[in-house]
Amino acid sequence: MSLDISFIGILIGSIMASSVPLILAASGELITERSGVLNLGVEGMMIIGAISGFALMVITDNLFIAVVGSMLSGVIISIIFGFLTQSLLTNHVATGLALTIFGIGLSAMLGKNFVGIPGKEFPILFSSLRESIPFFGPILFGHSIVLYFAFALPFLTNYFLKKTKLGLVVRAVGDSPVSASNQGINVILVRYCCILYGGAMCGLAGAYLSLIYTPQWIENMTAGRGWIALALVVFATWSPIKVLIGALIFGGITILQLHMQAIGFRIPVQFLSALPYLMTIIVLVVISRDSRKIKLNTPTSLGRIFYKEK
Amino acid sequence: MALYFFTPFIAIILTILGGGIIFYILGFNPIEALKFYFITPISNLYGLSELLLKATPLCLIAIGLSFCFKSNNWNIGAEGQLTFGAIVGGGVALLFYNQEGFYILPLVIIAGAIGGMIFALIPAILKTYFNTNEILVSLMLVYVSKLLLDYLVVGPWSNPEGFNFPETRQFSDSSRMPLLFEGLRIHAGIFLALAAVMLSWFVLYKTYLGFQIKVSGLSLKTAKYAGFKGKTMILVVFMISGACAGLAGVGEITGPIGQLHRMISPDYGFTAIIVAFLGRLNPFGIIFASLVVALTYLGAETAQIFLQIPKYTGQVFQGMILFFLLASDYLLFFKVKILSLKKNEFRH
Repeated sequence: MSLDISFIGILIGSIMASSVPLILAASGELITERSGVLNLGVEGMMIIGAISGFALMVITDNLFIAVVGSMLSGVIISIIFGFLTQSLLTNHVATGLALTIFGIGLSAMLGKNFVGIPGKEFPILFSSLRESIPFFGPILFGHSIVLYFAFALPFLTNYFLKKTKLGLVVRAVGDSPVSASNQGINVILVRYCCILYGGAMCGLAGAYLSLIYTPQWIENMTAGRGWIALALVVFATWSPIKVLIGALIFGGITILQLHMQAIGFRIPVQFLSALPYLMTIIVLVVISRDSRKIKLNTPTSLGRIFYKEK
Repeated sequence: MALYFFTPFIAIILTILGGGIIFYILGFNPIEALKFYFITPISNLYGLSELLLKATPLCLIAIGLSFCFKSNNWNIGAEGQLTFGAIVGGGVALLFYNQEGFYILPLVIIAGAIGGMIFALIPAILKTYFNTNEILVSLMLVYVSKLLLDYLVVGPWSNPEGFNFPETRQFSDSSRMPLLFEGLRIHAGIFLALAAVMLSWFVLYKTYLGFQIKVSGLSLKTAKYAGFKGKTMILVVFMISGACAGLAGVGEITGPIGQLHRMISPDYGFTAIIVAFLGRLNPFGIIFASLVVALTYLGAETAQIFLQIPKYTGQVFQGMILFFLLASDYLLFFKVKILSLKKNEFRH
């Protein structure tokens, strides 16, 4: 195998593509968690996004409707989670797990008639530049608009959380819902919005898989990416920019596996696949030992139920 | 208190209604579809045996989880502990693949329980000594154990005469759970589950440890004030939980499966969380809940055959049960709230 410069460019391009669903889902979940809500339903919301995006594409033959519809379906399914945890004060962990189990089942039910239908080609931008510039071409150009959006998202999220008033509100709600509530902030409303936003991003992440990355519908096609996205948020210690870096590392591991399989490398692929999970555990241990480190970004009230007496 | 044990029934009824509505939307006659789902599978002896076969691992795991959940330890990685238990137990069974002897099966079972226990100790130790979140660690370890199993069955442990199929050798007859009836798959593992139910009832309600677990679950502050050794208790509940999951794993591979391969569990470890909740963390409630949830697995298989619906529909029902159960807890919360919550306080 030739390891020339253009091959490396293509390799980096493919790593970027494989990290997109992770960036999208993790950025969404990050906002949800920063508001103090732990939603373990990422995998379920992603797979619902994947099937509804694909189904809408087949039915309407319109990719724009498919993408928007997938986000909307993510929102709709996250409403279940929001209603249960925020209005009926249910346990976040159990509700999130139920959402994932439910979502995987529902997607298979809805997708029954869409198995085996070929996907449609998703338009890519600047495809001429991709071919004409060596190395940088495949990295910077010839991607779908969703990829460009995904790579801008962590910076937008960072700006939102650090520089805007609304971002401050979200962080306040996540760190100390009681004080936020006493300041007149509607904690439940803010958390609802963050949950629905998380749902939209997970829906989009799913649609990226079924419309762009591997344009077809396969049962259970998210294949644990939702859990990796969840791990990623912790791995990034709730910082949006580190989500981007982490997604590239985790995405890189996925691509590396494929190439190692191709050249018959001797490290078992399963060990590479396990790396994201092991790395997350190590990061968890490191940040949990040092309470100052974890306090920087960790939403203090994560996963706790907030109740305001009327 | 009566309401506490009554709401699971409300949840089950609502789930059946919800399922009927979904079947109607998909264009099936809801009554007929529900009949295929919940009645046809258990209308003969073979079906009843299959129901018990699937309820056994669910019951075992949920019993273990009840120790964790009662004491506010969120072990959601039972699927990983099941897998690791099956790996360790399966490894022992493979050592004896060409031998017979009455001592082999007990060794395999004990190895499985120890395997699950060790795997559950990882999140427990990290929680007690490094203050690490056990939810995320136990969850991450599920995938690590599944990948390890995958590596073993395609790599070093794969059957040398198996034409590169991702599976190990068949275990010898001495490593297999004895069947209870000729022609049915139900095996002696069910006695392990029943023993676990009895033991857990005794430990939870009749011993000091059980008292500590309950108090810690209700209020960590009280537990500390009472001088309970919190760290030891966390380790113990995780070990119990892991051992139960490991037993469930070993029961599957020495029971219906008879070897190791990739798909040793249809997510029993995750579904058992629903069982634990539906059974209200009560040992006898869990028996009932494991039968109900096992029926959703079985019904999904029957519906796949008769109605050509993907068998994932079982998960739709399982998800709905938990949704409705959690939602109906709101009724309870209102009663408790008046007594225990002051203005603007949290509830875990």
